[in-house]
Amino acid sequence: MSLPTQSSGLFTEQVSEDKLVVSIGPQHPGAGHFRFTIRVEGDTITECIPDPGYVHRGGEKQTEYRTYIQSIPMIERSSLLDVTNITLPYCMAAEELMGIQVPPRAQYLRMIMSENQRIISHLYWLGIQGIFLGHSTMFMWPLGDRDIFIDLGQMIGGARITYSYCVPGGVRNDMPPNFKDRAMKVFEYFESRLKDYERIFFRSPLFEKRTRGVGVLSRSDAISLGVAGQVLRASGVKSDTRIDEPYCFYKDISFEVPVYDDGDTWARCMVHLEEMRQSMSIIRQCLEKMPQGQIKVKLSPQQRAQAGEAYCRTEAARGAMAFHIISDGSTKPYRTKWSVPSFRNLIALPKLLVGSHVADMPAIYWSLDYWPVEADR
Amino acid sequence: MAEITTFEQFVKRILKIIFWLLIILPMVALPIFYLFYVLPVEFTCNFSLLNCSEHINWSLALYMFDPSKLNPFDPNSYISQMGLGANSMLFKLTTFPGFTFVALLSSMVIWWERKLLAKMQYRIGPLYAGRLEGIFQSFADLFKLLFKEIVVPERADRLFFIAAPFAMMALAGALVGIIPIGPSTYIATSPYSLLIVIAIIGFFPIVALMAGWASNNKFSFIGAMRALYQMISYEIPLVISILGVVVLAGSLDLFQIVSAQSRIWYILPMILGAIVFYITSMAEVERIPFDLPDADSEIVAGWQTEFTSMVFGVIQLAVYVKLYALSALFTILFLGGWSGPPAVPGVVWFLIKTLIVETIFIIPRGAFPRVRIDQLIKFGWVWLIVLAFINFFVAIALKAFFGL
Repeated sequence: MSLPTQSSGLFTEQVSEDKLVVSIGPQHPGAGHFRFTIRVEGDTITECIPDPGYVHRGGEKQTEYRTYIQSIPMIERSSLLDVTNITLPYCMAAEELMGIQVPPRAQYLRMIMSENQRIISHLYWLGIQGIFLGHSTMFMWPLGDRDIFIDLGQMIGGARITYSYCVPGGVRNDMPPNFKDRAMKVFEYFESRLKDYERIFFRSPLFEKRTRGVGVLSRSDAISLGVAGQVLRASGVKSDTRIDEPYCFYKDISFEVPVYDDGDTWARCMVHLEEMRQSMSIIRQCLEKMPQGQIKVKLSPQQRAQAGEAYCRTEAARGAMAFHIISDGSTKPYRTKWSVPSFRNLIALPKLLVGSHVADMPAIYWSLDYWPVEADR
Repeated sequence: MAEITTFEQFVKRILKIIFWLLIILPMVALPIFYLFYVLPVEFTCNFSLLNCSEHINWSLALYMFDPSKLNPFDPNSYISQMGLGANSMLFKLTTFPGFTFVALLSSMVIWWERKLLAKMQYRIGPLYAGRLEGIFQSFADLFKLLFKEIVVPERADRLFFIAAPFAMMALAGALVGIIPIGPSTYIATSPYSLLIVIAIIGFFPIVALMAGWASNNKFSFIGAMRALYQMISYEIPLVISILGVVVLAGSLDLFQIVSAQSRIWYILPMILGAIVFYITSMAEVERIPFDLPDADSEIVAGWQTEFTSMVFGVIQLAVYVKLYALSALFTILFLGGWSGPPAVPGVVWFLIKTLIVETIFIIPRGAFPRVRIDQLIKFGWVWLIVLAFINFFVAIALKAFFGL
């Protein structure tokens, strides 16, 4: 069987009988907003060609036409699961250019919101990983429990998902007085739920069979490919921006960075699980140490930044997120460059998929926590 | 609808019309014929107060005054004397142990599965269709599917594509037809009925392959190949796990197997066989954790990917009828069939046991992830066959030394 070649100038290729070229996405249930082509020989993937860019909307260019504060809702849209973590480095870079010192209370509030957002993002990830492995209960439970954390974020931010919480100069809202009690109740509940998750999913022998030794990324490969976040930490590299280059008040807070040496899908799942525990502990400590004071430095909507460059890096839910802003001294950035973790993890996908089974494809793909909208910007 | 320009198209159109007529006629025309022609004529002629020749056309309303005359389970009722009672083959095939009963039971099982899974996952499940907890959700889905367009993919093999779901339904129906549900409630019987059941089970992956190949879709094809892999690794342990029961009962007749369990249900001596049969039949009905042929996150919907509308509905119905048939087979082989305290009829005991077995089939869907194809084949060939053979030897030992 050979595909008919076309003379329209499109790239076509002859395939042999023993190989099957399967296009996964963008309408495949296992790949949203993203397409990759795999070549299958028997049950083994011999080639994988990722094809990102389906949801590219020129976010970097659009920031050049907006003032510093106008860009924030637009930046948020590219990473809806992780809105605080993607606006935080942007705001930090803008503040560095404007020469503003953010009040400590605002910094603690930013930490609380970004850790809450990390839990929300990880729960969404866990739900999808569950259904990709065929475990429907592990799809429903995390997505149901995620709502409680969204409610928690709503208490501070006012909206459910896109609250544009971080702004240059501080944060938009102060936290309500009953937030601490509510958060403690939620954490107590969720810690018992995490034990349930472990019992039904993470300690299930079938889960270990499906993920152990699947999609192994060695430590040297992880470093040379330049992957970020959970993928890097699951391959045995203890790399976390919150520890390496502490921003906000992370240096005052004690928490552990979960690191596994296995480098397989199982390790990446366990890193996600442990990080949710650590995030809850960070929020607890932040609520203990929360200082009183201002939450915002009042700025003009047409605030000018000094001419120059600023580069700020934070640890987002999926890994190190960095913003590089070049300013020419006007009210708008001259140029911004976003370094997003999803795009850096995508490069590991062909490496991990080649040689693995077709059935492992969704599990490996989603264990990288690749979020196409964030990667395409 | 394309214009008919060539003779070939004309023949194809005629054949298509005949094909649909063959499907629609038994479903629609026969009931209409019986309800509006046979029954009123016979009824009014026997009804002494009226002159039959004048009241044929509106007499349908008359016998509605006395519904007991239409009770097919009453041998003296009018419908029984006409030869359409509970003992007639037409009634058996279409109504009680046959199609209508199984379809209704399956729709209730679908509802029960959805409710049960919802409870496991802290959800509510179907709620609005029907007054009671969304009990008519399956019927709502049925009507939704009925109103959808049947889409046949371009370059698909039309004949096999349309025939596959109906072949699947026919096979599931044959399975139901050969499995008795009560001492006197059965459609067909044979001294080798267990062999016939095994033969019918072996046909299902061929239909899946037919559907997957005819769809002209890569995902369908991969799904069909997976169905075949699953068959070669699970059919053999399934048959061997049944062998133990056959040795103990000394018969291939399902009635004989049930009556041989009057002393002890075979699930106690044959517990290994029951476990192997449970696992292999779960693979046979393609349920999680063995739902590889229609793994939704990997290969869209496997060999069912291209099916739409009621054609897809027929596949779903066939899958659930098959689930019912395998649960019924489990009940007969290991749980003593319809035996039970004589306070309630045997059929009721049989249905209670079958529904419990079906529930046990349903629960793993909420508790396990999907296994991989190589793990599945290894599990089938290494563990299940060994366990099934151990079970077989246990049966021989029990028969030889204890005369069970």
